[in-house]
Amino acid sequence: MEANPRSTGRLPAAFLTPGSSSFMDFLSEHQPEMLPGNRQLPPTQGVIEAPHGTTIVSVTFPGGVVLAGDRRATMGNVIAQRDIEKVFPADEYSAVGIAGTAGLAVEMVKLFQLELEHFEKVEGAQLSLEGKANRLSTMIRSNLGMAMQGLAVVPLFAGYDVDREKGRIFSYDVTGGRSEEHGFAATGSGSVFARGAMKKLYRADLTEEQATTLVVQALYDAADDDSATGGPDMARRIFPIVTVISEDGFRRLTDDESSEIARSILERRLEQPDGPRAALL
Amino acid sequence: MSTPFYVSPQQAMADRAEYARKGIARGRSLVVLQYADGIVFVGENPSRALHKFSEIYDRIGFAAAGKYNEYENLRIGGVRYADLRGYTYDRDDVTARGLANVYAQTLGTIFSSAGEKPYEVELVVAEVGESAEGDQIYRLPHDGSIVDEHGSVAVGGNAEQISNYLDQRHQDGMTLSEALKLAVQALSRDTNGSEREIPAERLEVAVLDRTRPQQRKFKRIAGRQLSRLLTAEGAAEVSKAASDAVSDEDSSEE
Repeated sequence: MEANPRSTGRLPAAFLTPGSSSFMDFLSEHQPEMLPGNRQLPPTQGVIEAPHGTTIVSVTFPGGVVLAGDRRATMGNVIAQRDIEKVFPADEYSAVGIAGTAGLAVEMVKLFQLELEHFEKVEGAQLSLEGKANRLSTMIRSNLGMAMQGLAVVPLFAGYDVDREKGRIFSYDVTGGRSEEHGFAATGSGSVFARGAMKKLYRADLTEEQATTLVVQALYDAADDDSATGGPDMARRIFPIVTVISEDGFRRLTDDESSEIARSILERRLEQPDGPRAALL
Repeated sequence: MSTPFYVSPQQAMADRAEYARKGIARGRSLVVLQYADGIVFVGENPSRALHKFSEIYDRIGFAAAGKYNEYENLRIGGVRYADLRGYTYDRDDVTARGLANVYAQTLGTIFSSAGEKPYEVELVVAEVGESAEGDQIYRLPHDGSIVDEHGSVAVGGNAEQISNYLDQRHQDGMTLSEALKLAVQALSRDTNGSEREIPAERLEVAVLDRTRPQQRKFKRIAGRQLSRLLTAEGAAEVSKAASDAVSDEDSSEE
């Protein structure tokens, strides 16, 4: 609208047309070129080099859900960024963690946050958790063209379901396929190792403190075996981002809290480098 | 072919203004007041679904008197404008001044275009600042003018009388409870000077609270929290109500 010099400054008709409560629908009618999915990539040879985010893990506990991510972004064999943030609040009761092409993923999260906020303001009520998860699915699907050129975005979505009064986790694939995970989930390059660790440590009756420790343990194990995942960096004071979503809403652990968890895990690992042992039978 | 009657431009505009004013006067009045920690919106509204006040953006609120479908359209247009602007540039680049200008242009163009019926609405766009000096309140009458208001403003049917009443009594730095009680007193005075009681269930109240830790400062006040603020007496209880208001924040979220 600012771009049109002949405009009277009046709201264009599209703004005053009653219709969808979705910001993406509005954009696709009014300024389709701003939607990430509508971008045409020129044909390229090989893989495009861009920073990639790595491991995201999530665990439910009675009363909520924990979502955490490491801080490393890689570009080929180079560490592109040591302190990238890959876990974001989507709204008051949900959060999204991203693995894959960092630039596209951050843009997707920004649009997703706005989509939820826009709906809430227009309708005066929040979307259901399922509704939010489905919305994210649509956004990932619209990125399929990019994903086929090696620029995939694969998020993990976690939220507190106010109606069912429990934490829930949704995982995605590059085509936008959505599946609900029970107990724990991981995505990104280190997810195989993280999932193995969580499988051995997870119990249904975790407290919030135990759940936050569990996710940092899983990230530690992922960093142990996957070169693209970063472990806690004591020298630079860079620690995993750990967030908790419960009845009280979204909360991100402060640096002090997450450094405390990382420090205690590190101390135990000095004696037992492979971490806590599960029972054999 | 019949020749149309000649109507002087002055007369045509006066007729349109009269039409719009009558439409607005049919609606109930509402008031917007500054208080110590922000801006409070108070109005009489029997409906719990059709809001007169709503959130536009982080620090910006919207209030409207007049015809529901017309101001609802403008409200959604404003939300779309703000969200698109924030998405294109940055959240800090969405301002009440910019939004008020767009509304004024929209209302003004509609008012002076012979092909369209003038909107029967009067809007208030308010932005809460970091401190009381940074607060901005704009009143937008039906014809596209903008009035920069300070302290208190009333729009709707009985607006003139109510704003006189408020101008005499409103002070800077009032607590939320004091401002709320003053607003209700002002609203409950009828045109003929008599007073009537407005029960708490018929009040719609919202605040832009600068002390709110969240980025989005808009919040509705209803139910127990509202009745507590309306009955609070004396400084001690007022401060208690204010601290309750903070702790109730998430539970009464809409």
